[in-house]
Amino acid sequence: MVNVQIDGVWMQFPKGTRMIEACTQAGKFIPRYCYHPKLSSPGNCRMCLIEMGMPKMGPDRKPVLGADGKPEIAWIPRPQISCAQDIAEGMGIRTSSPMVEDCRKGVMEFLLINHPLDCPICDQAGECRLQEFSVEYGNAQSRFLDQKVKKPKNVELGPRVTLDAERCVLCSRCIRFMKEVANDDVLGFVDRGSFSTIACHPDRQLDSNYSLNTVDICPVGALTSSDFRFKMRVWFLKETKSIDVNDGLGCNITIGSRENIIYRITPRENNDVNSCWMPDSHRLNFKYLHNERRFLGPQIKTGSSLAPVEWPVAINRAAEQLKKYALTSSLAMIASARMTNEELFLVGRLAKALGIQKFDVLPRVGEADGILIPADRNSNTSGAKLLGLTGERPGARLPEIAEGVRTGAIKALLCFEDATRCGISETDLAKLESIVTMDILPNKTTALASVVLASSGFAEKRGSLININGRLQRLNRAISAPGEARDDWEILRDLIQAVSGSNGIYMIEDVFKQMAEEVSAFAGLSLSKIGDLGVQLLSGDGKAAERLDADQPVAKTPTA
Amino acid sequence: MAYTVPRPKLTLAEKFYLPQVVAGLLITWKHFKNMLLGRTKIIMQYPEEKWDASMPSYYRGAPTLVRDEHGRERCVACQLCEFICPPRAIRIKPGEIPPASKWAKVEKYPEEFDIDMIRCIYCGLCEEVCPEQAIFLRKDYAITGLSRSEMIHNKAKLYELGGVMDGVVNKWNPKK
Repeated sequence: MVNVQIDGVWMQFPKGTRMIEACTQAGKFIPRYCYHPKLSSPGNCRMCLIEMGMPKMGPDRKPVLGADGKPEIAWIPRPQISCAQDIAEGMGIRTSSPMVEDCRKGVMEFLLINHPLDCPICDQAGECRLQEFSVEYGNAQSRFLDQKVKKPKNVELGPRVTLDAERCVLCSRCIRFMKEVANDDVLGFVDRGSFSTIACHPDRQLDSNYSLNTVDICPVGALTSSDFRFKMRVWFLKETKSIDVNDGLGCNITIGSRENIIYRITPRENNDVNSCWMPDSHRLNFKYLHNERRFLGPQIKTGSSLAPVEWPVAINRAAEQLKKYALTSSLAMIASARMTNEELFLVGRLAKALGIQKFDVLPRVGEADGILIPADRNSNTSGAKLLGLTGERPGARLPEIAEGVRTGAIKALLCFEDATRCGISETDLAKLESIVTMDILPNKTTALASVVLASSGFAEKRGSLININGRLQRLNRAISAPGEARDDWEILRDLIQAVSGSNGIYMIEDVFKQMAEEVSAFAGLSLSKIGDLGVQLLSGDGKAAERLDADQPVAKTPTA
Repeated sequence: MAYTVPRPKLTLAEKFYLPQVVAGLLITWKHFKNMLLGRTKIIMQYPEEKWDASMPSYYRGAPTLVRDEHGRERCVACQLCEFICPPRAIRIKPGEIPPASKWAKVEKYPEEFDIDMIRCIYCGLCEEVCPEQAIFLRKDYAITGLSRSEMIHNKAKLYELGGVMDGVVNKWNPKK
């Protein structure tokens, strides 16, 4: 541990702590633009200037001790930046001396000289460091009388990112992110002096699948998301902490919604999973929740088409059809490795109550990108394995089910995926006597189904998922499901009740409680104990998230 | 706590009440005389006649949107009025100005701007918060309608009521 004096108080910090981090940990926030705990420190914004001193050395090269027994500090007469230097033994830091305050005021004035002051149309307004620090450290009025420098505005840097160079403070966070984290060194500075701007390499675009992270770390409104552009002011957004469900990693996310409409998804810091980042493809994949073709309630087949009915009717019809084939080998089930643990647990119970022997999940495998996207594109394969809905090799029994459907050995199917993606052709599917399916959007299976149960999307329900590294994480509800669509676990609970009688489950907490009693891995846990950052449930084999920060000290402070 | 109200000490004249009765009658007589001589005006033919001319400049009537002297709609859909509005009467749907437009520099405009005049409480916070001097409370106070939907002022109606207003916001000038 290293002794450091911050604003007159001696404190101890681990060796290797940045001065800016030490001050933050001591409760003295230092304004910063270019510094980001996950990136290198170029020290170019000069906002984090502080007054610094080192111990006064006596003739014997030992620190001179003051009356209090602590080293006397020889203050450096000029300000220093705190973001690019580690603390040292006996160091003194002043974070709010008159000189420091003057420096901040001066730096703010310089940064705002050419600023267009178009906050009313800027998407960053409300979460903009320029706005915040201008209020805290800036001047109320500008002394600048000359023409402001004109720079390119509304430039499409890539398919998803828009640049307004006039708002840029040249902090280079985006340049460093693309170089150091996304491994795609496509951005850089061009031109000199006050004409300096951010630009893409000629013939290149900012089209990396991680490009929108530059928008998140941009402290001002220079880089904005083309998708979110002018959609909603950020202060209206209700922020819900949840997790991403597009792959097996489960990036931690914040869902921004207003009045039941999701406007954006941003990554949330979790150093054990996704650091501060997430892929663009995942964060933009929420619009299907607002698709106008969503099922607004349960439907049953009457004649040749589906007709909407009340929930009890649909549940009874489903139970009736399933019971007809119960305890025989003519009933099969395709579960989903995208369901939550609670849902999979109930699906397992339902399978047991119906005596289903043939069941499996649909595996989804893509190409891992070596950064954050793993090969497994199902969000809960580990959970499906743990709860016994699939074997060591997910999808191994699907050919058997498909063959059974083709030969006619299987007459009824309970299906939580699109069965046509599981190797069953549409013509074979049409031969089945009964298909009970649960989904949010119409697909080829729901078109042929006898009963369609309208369920909820990932932002509309609660539950837990286990990622590929064995980390148990929590989904939270940001918006409510459309129309009469219900939570998946409620539908399953009602189905089990209709098949085998009451089960004492009234809340999702009850499901988790019963699961914790039956499955030893969940013992002692509850939904609330999972917390926002999740808990390590199983020992994992993948190392996707750790590799990201391998050469960076792990910072526990909130992201700038 | 109990509190004793001191009884006022009345003079002799007050104790008789008659002087007060006479004084009251005199006032009544004065009004009667003025009416007979046609000096009193106590009826205003509303709505043909209105107080509008005597309303102060700061009168807070219906909120409206205004255009600037070049015909540009001043509102840039920053949604601050929607945020500040205590009864949540304002609803804005922002849109983007196409790059080919004369006002492309402004980038943003309200695609839809609705003020629900059933909800509006004429507090004037929207005018106060507007950074673009685009919304003003004008002197229309008799806002009526036959249905709820009629009482929602859409963008066209708001501009019709607002008209043109000079202002000092000139940052959208292309040379600025």
